[in-house]
Amino acid sequence: MTVIYRLAVVLLLGAVLTSQSEVFLTVPNLLNVLRQASLAFLIASGLTLVILAAGLDLSVGANVGLSACIAATAIKSTGSIAAGITAGLACGSAIGIANGLMVTLLRLPPFIATYGMLWILHGISYWYMAGETIYGFPQGFRAIGSGYWVGIPVPVYLMAATLLAGGVFTRYTTYGHEIYTVGANAEAARLSGIPVRLRLNLVYTLSGAMAGLAAIVYLARLNSAEADIGEPLMLPAIAAVLVGGTSLFGGVGTLTGTLVGTIILTLVLNGMNLLAVNANWQPLVTGVIVLLAVWIDIVTRQRAETRS
Amino acid sequence: MMWRVPGVTYLLAALVVVFSIFGSGFASLPNLFTIGVQSSILLLLALPMTLIVMTEGLDLSMGAVLSLAGVVMAMALVDGRTLPLAFAAAVTVGLAFGAFNGLLIVALGIPPFVATLGTLGIAQGAALAATDGQSVVGIGDVLPALYASTWLGVPFSILVAAIAYVVFHLALYRTRLGSYVFAIGGNREALVLAGVRANFYHVAVYAVGGLMAGLAALLLTGRMNAGHPIAAIGMEFDAIAAVIIGGTSFERGNGWLPGTLLGVLAVGVLNNGLNVMAVSSSLQVAGVGLLVIAALLIDSFAGPNKARPTYARRTLSGPPSGSP
Repeated sequence: MTVIYRLAVVLLLGAVLTSQSEVFLTVPNLLNVLRQASLAFLIASGLTLVILAAGLDLSVGANVGLSACIAATAIKSTGSIAAGITAGLACGSAIGIANGLMVTLLRLPPFIATYGMLWILHGISYWYMAGETIYGFPQGFRAIGSGYWVGIPVPVYLMAATLLAGGVFTRYTTYGHEIYTVGANAEAARLSGIPVRLRLNLVYTLSGAMAGLAAIVYLARLNSAEADIGEPLMLPAIAAVLVGGTSLFGGVGTLTGTLVGTIILTLVLNGMNLLAVNANWQPLVTGVIVLLAVWIDIVTRQRAETRS
Repeated sequence: MMWRVPGVTYLLAALVVVFSIFGSGFASLPNLFTIGVQSSILLLLALPMTLIVMTEGLDLSMGAVLSLAGVVMAMALVDGRTLPLAFAAAVTVGLAFGAFNGLLIVALGIPPFVATLGTLGIAQGAALAATDGQSVVGIGDVLPALYASTWLGVPFSILVAAIAYVVFHLALYRTRLGSYVFAIGGNREALVLAGVRANFYHVAVYAVGGLMAGLAALLLTGRMNAGHPIAAIGMEFDAIAAVIIGGTSFERGNGWLPGTLLGVLAVGVLNNGLNVMAVSSSLQVAGVGLLVIAALLIDSFAGPNKARPTYARRTLSGPPSGSP
């Protein structure tokens, strides 16, 4: 139901932008919006699973940065695209596993564990790249980020596949339901026989793997890797999840919601771009949108509670 | 409960010993002053952050608000205003953001993580838009001279940080106000039943956080001799790290101000020591992350309460307990 409200916001934004800009409602621009949204969604989808389980992963941005650097080096040193993709995914997943183990085995609070991980990855990236930029990748690899297939950008297919697989996983599998239960009440989940730690490890690993996938798409699109390329990605990812209606308390939210949240944020940024608003205003606008979305969520929930 | 030994004490001792042995010039008076100067801004943020964490909250906007306050101060100075006026403007900006955070959290019931994430964006955007992303230079000589001054041999920034610490320590442990802060996180219900305006004090805790960010802008702008819109981005995380490794936990009114001081010093000693040992600055960044994890591990294995259920982040982002 809340997703319908959010779709209405998307339509409203679309209508406003159509009336204000001639360029907005053109196929190239809409495809551009989708392409931008797809990268953000890949990161935000993994994060959604973690937050559904009442966890948090602050390391996703730094993960994308390091995984992209590792993938870039792998492609340059072996000349093989497959090696690069494997290296990026492996790096991302390994970071996810490490996050999961810190939370479940060492019992560190997720906020602290993944925040510590953020700085560790940040440091490793800078040390590993030593100020270098790696650029110029094979055409076949770059197509993952900037190519088209049947007229639609390749990352959009990845986004659709993620949404489909993730939607089936969360809605129709026991694993998915157990993640919601762990997030809603970890103690109750444990008492009803759900292996809480294993499920938490699963979501952190998936979040890491999705960051690795996003790193490959990002690298292919930028066609260059630097130590700090992942830095600006964390806050928009968290914002997309929150604007999509997923609760930070765990147990409430959907991947579809995160997709709509991603599209709302991307549309606003695209609109500001088209209307030639100074890009410096972007963090402010993102902040206001996050506050409004979460506040409206709280108000509607309170209304529903008082009515029942 | 006030005097216990958090993991950071051992870490800090170990760091000092290691750096004294391997880093030539680490254990010298000038270098100790350097550590103090480098840690002073962080301490100004970590003190109110301790109170905020004690109320089961956190403030992600501090670094961005500090940057914005610094930009406001620098712009006022460039415009030819006097230092007290520029300082007042910076503190007002900080206080306004802090109070806004508090109102979002207490009055609207928005989780602290989300509320302060939103104001982070607002403060950062405002700073970037006001400066067009550029440094604000030409702030005159008064502030840099004040920053460089020493009082009875003590650098100005250390003096400010020391006074701030004493004020916070006395306020938290010796006044009624401090007891309220403990109670907001610990037993809000009892506080409300005792007739205390818990909501007011809860907002005030966040307002103090913003106020201190404004105060820290004095040192930051003095140190950089300029205002920069992203000068202190991410510093809130260092402050949270210092609070956490100092033994204050997100669990219900559990705060320890001396620990925060130790946490700030540990971060400062680590960065300085690695610097003295000529470790590349990129790995220094990873050091803070490792320090946080190490301190918490020592706490969880050697601490008095071993069974700490910390899977869920519930307490961190939950609504204030007992709020309407």
